[in-house]
Amino acid sequence: MPSDSLKIVWIYPDLLSTYGDQGNCIVLERRAARRGISTRTVHVKSDEPVPVDGDIYLLGGGEDRPQILAAERLHRDGGLHRAAEYGSVIFAVCAGYQIMGHEFGGEEGQPVRGLGLLDIRSGRGEKRAVGEIAGDVDSSLNVPRITGFENHQGVTHLGPNALPLAKTIVGIGNGNGFEGAYKGHTVGTYMHGPALVRNPGLADLLLRWAVGRDLQPIDDSWAGRLRQERLAAVLPAH
Amino acid sequence: MSDLPLRAQLAVALGRTASKVSRLAGRGDGSVIGGRIGLALDPELLTRLASARTLVLVSATNGKTTTTRLVASAMSSLGEVATNAFGANMPTGHVSALAGAPHAKYGVLECDEKYVPMVLRETGANIVLLMNLSRDQMDRAGEIWQLAGKWRKALDGADTHVVANCDDPLVTWGAATAKQVTWVAAGQAWREDSWCCPECGGPLNRDGANWACRQCHFSRPKPDWILHGGRVTAPGGRTFDLSLQLPGRANRSNAAMALAVVSLFGIQPEQAMPLLGQVKSVAGRYTTVQYQGRDLRLLLAKNPAGWLEAFDVLEPAPGPVALSINAQGPDGRDTSWLWDVDYRILRGRPVWATGERRLDLAARLEAAEVDFQVIDDIEQAVLAIPPGKLDVIANYTAFQDIRTRYGRAL
Repeated sequence: MPSDSLKIVWIYPDLLSTYGDQGNCIVLERRAARRGISTRTVHVKSDEPVPVDGDIYLLGGGEDRPQILAAERLHRDGGLHRAAEYGSVIFAVCAGYQIMGHEFGGEEGQPVRGLGLLDIRSGRGEKRAVGEIAGDVDSSLNVPRITGFENHQGVTHLGPNALPLAKTIVGIGNGNGFEGAYKGHTVGTYMHGPALVRNPGLADLLLRWAVGRDLQPIDDSWAGRLRQERLAAVLPAH
Repeated sequence: MSDLPLRAQLAVALGRTASKVSRLAGRGDGSVIGGRIGLALDPELLTRLASARTLVLVSATNGKTTTTRLVASAMSSLGEVATNAFGANMPTGHVSALAGAPHAKYGVLECDEKYVPMVLRETGANIVLLMNLSRDQMDRAGEIWQLAGKWRKALDGADTHVVANCDDPLVTWGAATAKQVTWVAAGQAWREDSWCCPECGGPLNRDGANWACRQCHFSRPKPDWILHGGRVTAPGGRTFDLSLQLPGRANRSNAAMALAVVSLFGIQPEQAMPLLGQVKSVAGRYTTVQYQGRDLRLLLAKNPAGWLEAFDVLEPAPGPVALSINAQGPDGRDTSWLWDVDYRILRGRPVWATGERRLDLAARLEAAEVDFQVIDDIEQAVLAIPPGKLDVIANYTAFQDIRTRYGRAL
């Protein structure tokens, strides 16, 4: 049930937390607090059950082996599947994004079974995509242009039941001119680490879904200046 | 050196000239360019220069430059030691260091983590010191579990003695295939990269310094050397005080590992300690620079584990702190790691944020509820404080910029 007290669940920080992933927790907590919405964040380690009563679930990035382990354990646990059925918000980045799909590439590129919570399939690309990424978000989401950093070797194909999160302007993303995917309240992206820091609009989308109402605007001065600077660095005409 | 083939001698000579020219042109210490020219002329130059010497390789995510200096200082009692003292830690730098000291029987070489397998293969180093592994510059350094796996492969069957920090599970796993290992309980302050068993991926139980996998046999080996607080216990149980000028927990850890390495050459801790105690600053790290009545202390911190160590040596609050972050190639172009650093410790101090990526720092400090000012130029922080101390924490190129500006020679 949407409520004004949010439970944020960070899935497996022991496996899926490589580079600033906790930034997404911090940003959601702070943006909620500034609207008077209280939050409680639970860090669920990979040997603990995934609670099914979370409002927002976060999955971070990881190396190949931890990614495979995380997918196996999430399958066995089943908690995230149930949370998804209840319509909870899920935000998954990088390795976490790939896990959400039907399959992804393992250490040697072998197909590994994913969670099937997003209609996507990922494999291994020819070379690593490393660098700034920017894209225009699907207009129905009403989120400004996204900016982030990607560092992955994945290529992701969307099935008919998922929509691309954004059309890529700079960077590789899914590998076909689009970046990320969403369906219902589940969002995946190749913008890794603290993706919500530079994208307060995306953070607010997740919060809006979780509380089930519009949120009042807040002062975004530092995040706003950072986004402008990063976008200007990669889009000279911006 | 006279026993090198002619082509190798020529390669060394041209490399040295290039180094000198580069130095004279003010382009750093010249060790990279010299080595590059040498290796281009003779791809086997490193192997040739290494042969007939006793070599130590020093690798880690953090502390390798400092520890290389500590080991080299202690080994100076044996005779001349070739060493890459300026942190040029790839094969080009190794070539320069060895070519620059043709008569040195000993070499202590700082080695980039990724290059350990290659440099070990090419030099047949006698001793390899492995200290810590943590997330660092992910856009170019790659992933550390994979890296530790490469260490394992390289050490398997190699005729080398490894000295390794058994308080770091990933380092332990990376070192465990070596024929002979001296384990040092040297501590691990940053644990966010070692909650899982490197062997099987299962959860690690951690109880104080001890750790063991809950699913498989992998556990902390029994240490031969133990660091506890400011004291080190050597094999056999004798205990020594560490009296260092270098500050902080990280340097006590570096010194403990240096003692373990040099003991393999028969240098006892009581002989080595006075030499370690003479080291004050290493390639500018921990240097205090006087400027307009202010004492600026320069601390290098390149990744989350490094920041933890820098925070450990700060002047007590409300001592002022200036932070500078760049994101050029050597820094890593990705600033995501700022979100792994817990900046709340800076609350209650005057804090300035600068460097090319000062807006990333600003967003991070704001989220940590630290009061701060964003400045375009470090000088604004220096002049804003009354004469006295200022701690400056910077990542790699930001550190070099500040060092160049306020006196490289110091």
